[in-house]
Amino acid sequence: MNLPILTIITFLPLIGVFFILFNKGEEERVGKISFHVSLLTSLLVFVLSLFLWFSFDKTISSFQFVEEKKWIIDFVKYKVGVDGISILFVVLTAFITPICIVATYNSVKFRKKDFFIALLVMETMMIGVFCSLDLFLFYLFFEAGLIPMFLIIGIWGGIRRVYAAFKFFLYTLLGSVFMLIAIIFIYMQTGTTDVEALLALDIPVQYQYLLWLGFFASFAVKTPMWPVHTWLPDAHVEAPTSGSVILAAILLKMAGYGFIRFSLGLFPVASDFFSPLVFSLSIIAIVYTSLVALVQKDMKKLIAYSSVAHMGFVTIGIFAFNSQGIEGSIFQMISHGIVSAALFLCVGVVYDRMHTRQISDYGGVSNVMPNYAIVFMIFILASLGLPGTSGFVGEILVLIGIFKTNYLVAFFAATGVVLSACYSLSLYRRVCFGEITNDKVKALKDINYSEFIILIPLLILVILLGVYPNIILDTISTSVESLVSVYNAKIATFNNLMIK
Amino acid sequence: MAYLLVFLPLVASFIVGIFGRFLGDKISQLITCSFVLISSALSIYIFSDVAINSNTYNLKIFNWITSGGLVLNWSINIDTLTSVMLVVVTSVSALVHVYSVGYMSHDPDKPRFMSYLSLFTFMMLMLVTSDNFLQLFFGWEGVGLASYLLIGFWYKKPSANSAAIKAFVVNRVGDFGLAIGIFLIFKYTGSINFVDVFKAIPTLLDKNISMLGIEASLISFICIFLFIGAMGKSAQIFLHTWLPDAMEGPTPVSALIHAATMVTAGVFLVVRCSPIFEYSPFVLNIIVLVGATTAFFAGTIGLVQNDIKRVIAYSTCSQLGYMFFAAGLGAYHIAIFHLFTHAFFKALLFLGAGSVIHAFNDEQNMRHMGGVWKKIPYTYSLMIIGTLALTGFPFLSGFFSKDAIIETAYSSTSFFAGYAVTIGVLTAFMTSLYSWRLIFMTFHGTFNNKNISLSKVHESPAVMLVPLLFLALGAIFAGYAFKDYFIGSQFIQFWNNSIFFLKEFVLHHPPLWFLLLTPILVLLAIPLSYYFFVKDKKSLDSFIEINKPLYNFLVNKWYFDELYDFLFVKPAKKIGSFFWKIGDGTIIDGFGPDGLTKLIKSVSNKAVQFQSGFLYHYAFVILIGLSILLTYMMIF
Repeated sequence: MNLPILTIITFLPLIGVFFILFNKGEEERVGKISFHVSLLTSLLVFVLSLFLWFSFDKTISSFQFVEEKKWIIDFVKYKVGVDGISILFVVLTAFITPICIVATYNSVKFRKKDFFIALLVMETMMIGVFCSLDLFLFYLFFEAGLIPMFLIIGIWGGIRRVYAAFKFFLYTLLGSVFMLIAIIFIYMQTGTTDVEALLALDIPVQYQYLLWLGFFASFAVKTPMWPVHTWLPDAHVEAPTSGSVILAAILLKMAGYGFIRFSLGLFPVASDFFSPLVFSLSIIAIVYTSLVALVQKDMKKLIAYSSVAHMGFVTIGIFAFNSQGIEGSIFQMISHGIVSAALFLCVGVVYDRMHTRQISDYGGVSNVMPNYAIVFMIFILASLGLPGTSGFVGEILVLIGIFKTNYLVAFFAATGVVLSACYSLSLYRRVCFGEITNDKVKALKDINYSEFIILIPLLILVILLGVYPNIILDTISTSVESLVSVYNAKIATFNNLMIK
Repeated sequence: MAYLLVFLPLVASFIVGIFGRFLGDKISQLITCSFVLISSALSIYIFSDVAINSNTYNLKIFNWITSGGLVLNWSINIDTLTSVMLVVVTSVSALVHVYSVGYMSHDPDKPRFMSYLSLFTFMMLMLVTSDNFLQLFFGWEGVGLASYLLIGFWYKKPSANSAAIKAFVVNRVGDFGLAIGIFLIFKYTGSINFVDVFKAIPTLLDKNISMLGIEASLISFICIFLFIGAMGKSAQIFLHTWLPDAMEGPTPVSALIHAATMVTAGVFLVVRCSPIFEYSPFVLNIIVLVGATTAFFAGTIGLVQNDIKRVIAYSTCSQLGYMFFAAGLGAYHIAIFHLFTHAFFKALLFLGAGSVIHAFNDEQNMRHMGGVWKKIPYTYSLMIIGTLALTGFPFLSGFFSKDAIIETAYSSTSFFAGYAVTIGVLTAFMTSLYSWRLIFMTFHGTFNNKNISLSKVHESPAVMLVPLLFLALGAIFAGYAFKDYFIGSQFIQFWNNSIFFLKEFVLHHPPLWFLLLTPILVLLAIPLSYYFFVKDKKSLDSFIEINKPLYNFLVNKWYFDELYDFLFVKPAKKIGSFFWKIGDGTIIDGFGPDGLTKLIKSVSNKAVQFQSGFLYHYAFVILIGLSILLTYMMIF
């Protein structure tokens, strides 16, 4: 079958946007119709992505469903394809978007139509990032994704939304400029931007270091790694619930994906060389942000800081250069995508009722919202990596992987496991346990039907992936194994050359 | 059948946890109690099948994680060691389930409580039936979770919440050690399934590695990290601080989790890994040292506590110390035997204490009790049985197991054997002293409670007393009935290779005077404590007055909590705030985005001033520029 399925998945949301655009009239009715259209579109994308996943051949490591077209003269091609590493991110994006759309319906009060447009454009960009097999195309999607996010924070955000939006934009753009330069340089040197071709090619070692740094600048900001993480708490705090969800669940994963695909794939020698840098920054991120999370008074800020710590595990795992480490990282990204999305949604649930994110305004919530308390508890446990939840598998694989490479890193990283228990449980305690002190809390109603509908799938996934992680590991293992073996072969050749 | 045994509690927990509100209290209790009772009946059947008929079960449920060379399954693996644990876990759990029906009768949240209890039982079963380290870790953290939920069950009480978090976090510190141990094992043996690991260990004896600047044998590193995990879960000294606080939870929880089952998981881990520990005499010595020290240290604190549950908690801590030093001396089977008998009498004591607390309308302070033994005769006599068994009164169950440990220490040639035997005897004496102090303060003397009149003190209902009765039977007969199997002449066949002995285990019988020493001391403690705590309290007070510093030291639990607060808790918060305000705020943002925007603003402000709009300003600048240019061209 020669259906251009990736193109369809990628651009289907834009067709939804097209329909929404032609909607005019009374604000409320338009909002409703836009909601239905966008929900339908995103669900269709999700179904297609599942179909893509089922027809994906797990036994081969090369790219599948590849489409190639000439685009800008001979210079930039439109080339897309997925392998075991990227396909699950496509599915994740397609899974999270409908959830965001449903979550938006209650929490966004004005310009709903525009919000749905932003979300759908966002979806196209994000899926595009994970599918593109051309550096320029990748860059295009990577950067264009910033714009809807910038708008989501800047228009629908909280009080300091403009500050947060600009900080987000400045940081990410600054990083990306270096990546753009690196991409141009690669094109000038090799004459191609085709990722598949570049992966097969050996980029001369003397260029690798600088090029690696160019890509690193962009990915480090997006991950985010310490010390360029300070945009994330602000962006999260100011963003509306669904903005936070997209940001935490998918935008951050683009960087992790970039590390695996480009840093490791294109510049193996430099990756090896710079791995101590990545380790130190990640360890600092884990310990530092965990401690910072411990003293936060704002729920969203706390979760944002914990995200930085969790992404620290991801970068550590990637640079462990073995299959457990990288598979663990990918798993951790998917799991964090689900868990952090769920946590932000949980915060959104009480925020919509109380309009405050200050932890001290809560307390005793489980007295009045028993169902909410159960759901929130499970996600908190997943976030602190309790075995049996998805959070555990990623963390343990990363730690096992990095322990083989560098035990000291594993040692420090594992302290994050203790600290995450501290801040997660203390957050839960301050919000849900204790006597009710605030009269507003007394009047809270338990989660309603639509909140239930969006949280339940996440809940099931968290448990399912924790008990049977092979759903994901099966899909990624062949590609990761081949990535690791190619990587090791390249490093070995380089070392032989150095000896001679 | 093994499937049913393990998964019935999970099913019960699930049904009651989710639908409990609709099912109502009665049905919820019925479901959980009956499911766990069935489970315990099955475990007794499996025990007889495995231990007596020497069968073993190894069932693979399904594949859990496959990643690179790492392949592991959800499994049910039952050998003799596991079957013993199964009996302990399910039978105590079933009795506690039934007891809770009575104990929690005034609580509005019964289904939630029962659900947690069953969840705990399931996690504990996963822990003991694992055939690999990671499933063990799953159960390990799972029981930690259940313990967290149950300690914090009364979530409106701030003290319960803090205790719950403390328990979880301190346990996580231990888990950190366990995890590192598992990583080491995987790195060097390429597997984390028990069978493969134990097979690979003898080939790695000569391997030395260097970690954290210390060079030592690989096996020792593995053992020490595994032991750190065991210390956390079994509340050994340095990682014990959570256990006394855990008494904030409902009393049935303390009996089940913090006496009979979960806290013994550490001992189980060491025994399960005997094929590794046997090769590291160094770490075995450390285990003896830590175990003996804990036994002593917890005993001293137990002497001065006034909360009835805390006394028993410290007693548990101390008895766990016994189990550890037995294991450290290579007497794994005796350690498990003590674990087995301890489960009965300690659960009995806790549930008995619960019955007392119930009688006094939720009073836990022993100073506000006293003089009620005639009012609650059943509880009283059952508590006496528990106390006799705990102190090692001749021919009750504690006697056989504890004296076997002390005798092992006496005949052992291990480095710390002398230390262990001294402490073993001394602590046995202390145990007797504080246990009888508990009995005398609670039941004898004068009635000291102001909130409730003596006539209101009531005996507990049958649903609470019957489980106590069963435990009492265990406390009396378990030692005598099973000693031949566990530690006697048939122990080799009984354990059937589930415990590994590098050298043949031989117990030299110590001389008669030594055999009599402990029982005599234990018996002497009874009149002694009667004198001090009932007859002549004045002399006790003056004795305390003389030794005030020592007394304060003990009452404040050797100042461990204060020390940790000073060393870890406060600095962590301070550093956290520092990183947040100064690190993120002033430095990163100050020099980063905020600084940059400020810089750009100020530069552009200055640049704006250049454009003054006066023609002569511009002309002047042009002139200067021209002259510089000319000079430059002339010179070069």
